[in-house]
Amino acid sequence: MTEPLAVIRNVSHRFGTVSVLDDVSLNIAAGRFTVLLGPSGSGKTTLLSIVGGFLIPTEGQILIAGVDCTHMPPAQRPTTTVFQDYALFPHMSVAANVAFGLRMRGIRRRTRRAAAIEMLGLVGLEHMAEKRPHQLSGGQRQRVALARALVVEPQVLLLDEPLGALDLKLRRQMQDELKSIQKRVGTAFLHVTHDQEEAMALADEVVVMNQGRIVDWGAPEKVYSRPRTRFSASFMGESTLLEGKVVEVDGDQLIIATSLGRLTLPGRAAQGEHVALAIRPERLTLRSTRDAWLHLGRALVTDLVFQGSFKRVTAVSESVPPVELVIRVGTDEQVTVGARADIYCKPADLILLRN
Amino acid sequence: MQKLGRAATVTYALLLYAFIFFPVIVLVLFSFQGSLFPVPPFNGPSLRWYRAALGDERLTSALVNSLLVAVSSSIVSVLLGFLAAYGFARYRLRGTAFFRGLITAPLSVSYLIIGMGLLILFNGTGVPKSLTAAAIGHVVINLPLCFAIIYSQFGEHQVNIERAARDLGANDWQVLILITAPILWPALFASFFLSMTFSWDEFVIAFLLTRFDTTLPVEIWSLLRSGLSPKTNAIGSVVFGISVIMVLVLELVVLRRRKS
Repeated sequence: MTEPLAVIRNVSHRFGTVSVLDDVSLNIAAGRFTVLLGPSGSGKTTLLSIVGGFLIPTEGQILIAGVDCTHMPPAQRPTTTVFQDYALFPHMSVAANVAFGLRMRGIRRRTRRAAAIEMLGLVGLEHMAEKRPHQLSGGQRQRVALARALVVEPQVLLLDEPLGALDLKLRRQMQDELKSIQKRVGTAFLHVTHDQEEAMALADEVVVMNQGRIVDWGAPEKVYSRPRTRFSASFMGESTLLEGKVVEVDGDQLIIATSLGRLTLPGRAAQGEHVALAIRPERLTLRSTRDAWLHLGRALVTDLVFQGSFKRVTAVSESVPPVELVIRVGTDEQVTVGARADIYCKPADLILLRN
Repeated sequence: MQKLGRAATVTYALLLYAFIFFPVIVLVLFSFQGSLFPVPPFNGPSLRWYRAALGDERLTSALVNSLLVAVSSSIVSVLLGFLAAYGFARYRLRGTAFFRGLITAPLSVSYLIIGMGLLILFNGTGVPKSLTAAAIGHVVINLPLCFAIIYSQFGEHQVNIERAARDLGANDWQVLILITAPILWPALFASFFLSMTFSWDEFVIAFLLTRFDTTLPVEIWSLLRSGLSPKTNAIGSVVFGISVIMVLVLELVVLRRRKS
C-alpha cells in the first residue's frame, strides 16, 4: 500500500456543545474517487469543510501530502472546493471565472486565459467562455464550477453535494461525466452526497457516515454486499434485518436462533452473542431450486410494486414475532397480494452484523 | 356618478402635483425674466440673468465648492458605509444589533443638531471653519444612509461566492475589491448618488461649518438677503437642474439594471 495522499487523523468537531464529528480517521489515496455518504446531520459536510479549511476542527489533524494543514487557510491548501450552489462570480465571464485562481497566483493574462479555455474544453464548454454565469443552465454552471476548481491543479478536489441542485435525469448524466473527468485528470476527488445510488455510481471508495462517525468504508460492491453495520446495511440499498442470538459455534460455522428458526451460516462470533442478519432483497427468492437453499418459512405477501425490470415484494413472516421481508423477484414471477409463499435464501447471502 | 368620481380623482391628482411643482415652475420661469424683478408680469424669455449668475465669480466658485464637497463627502461615505456593512454582515460581534443601530442613529437626528455639535467640537479642537469641515459634516449625515442601503444588499448567497474566491487564493482585500464590491455595485452606485444629492443642496451644516469659501446653498442664501433678483432664480434653476440630472442617472443606471 502506497502512502495515502491525505490523512484525516482523529478529527472531532463540536458546534458549541453539539458534537458533529466524533473521532473520525480516514485516509484518502491519490487518484481515487472517494465518496462520503450519509444522511443529513451525519457530519459529512462538516468533515469536507474541515478538509477544505473552512472550519478548524476542535480536535485532530489534517495532513495533505505529508504537510499538516489543520490550521492553514483555504487559500494556502492544495485543495479546492466545488460548492453545492456553485458560487460562481456573477459579474465575471465564464472564462474569467475559471481563470480566477490562476489570476490570484499571479499568472499572466494570456497564459491563464489559455489554461481556462483548455479546462473549459475538458468540460465541453469552450464555446461558452464569454457568457455570464446567469446565461447558463444548471448543469453548465456545475461544469464551470468544476473547471474553475480544477484549473489550479489541486491535490484534492472537494465536492459538496455538487449534483444536489440538479434534476434526477441531469444528475445521472452529470455523474457519468464527473466520473470520466476524474479519470482523465487523475486528481483525488472527495465527494459528499446523501444519495446512495450516486455514491455507488461514482465511488472507487465509499465512506458511510452516521451521527458523526464513519460506520463503513470500502469499495461500493463490498459495502453493499458485506456491510459492516446495521446502518450501512439499511442506508446503502435495502435490507431485511433479522435479530438473533448465536447458540452454537462449530469451527467457522455458526448456528443462530432467529424468529425464522435456527439458521446455519459461515462466520465468526461468540457463543451467546446477540447479532443481526441482513439479507439483500435480490438474495431472497420464492422458490427453492438448488440444494443449499435455506428455508426461511412462509410469509404473507402484503405489498407488491412493479418497478419495470423487477417486482418489489413486501411480505410478513408467519413466525412469532413476525418479520417484515423485502424481496426482489423477476417480472415473470406469479405473486399476488394476500397469497402465502415460501421464502428461501443461500446461507452465504446472510450478512452477519455484530454489534 | 362614476364619471364624477373619476373627475374628482383627476382634479385631486392635478392639484396635488401643482402644489408640489408650482414653486419650482415659478422659480424656473422667472429665471428667464427680462426685467430687474422676479415678479409678474413675465417679460422674457431672456438669458440675461444666467449670464449674470455664471459671470459672478462668487457664485461659480461656490458651485465648484459644492460639487467638490458633494463628490468627496459621498466617496468617503460610500467607502466607510461599505466597509462597515461588510464588517456587520460577515463577522459576528458582541452587541452587533446595538452597534448597527448606533451607526444608523444619525439618520434620526436633525441636521441642525449635527451641525451645532460639530461646530462645538471643531471649535474645541481648533479645526477651522472650512469646506473640509462641511464635507466632514456631510459624511456624518450620509454615512448612515450609505450603510443602510449597502447593508440591506448583503445576502447569505454571497458568502459562498466570497468563500470560493478565498479558496482559489484571494486574500481579504482581493475578495473585497474583486468580488464583494463588484457584486454590490448597484447598491454602491445608488448610495453614492443619493448622498451626492443630499450633500448638493444641504444648507444648515454647510452654513454653520464654512466661513469664506462656502457652498452654493449658503451663497444663494446670502444673495437672497440683499433682496429678490432673477439672478437667484437663475442659479437656483441650475441647482435644480443638476439635482434632476443626478436623480435621472440614478434611475436609469440602477433601476433599469434591476429590471433586466
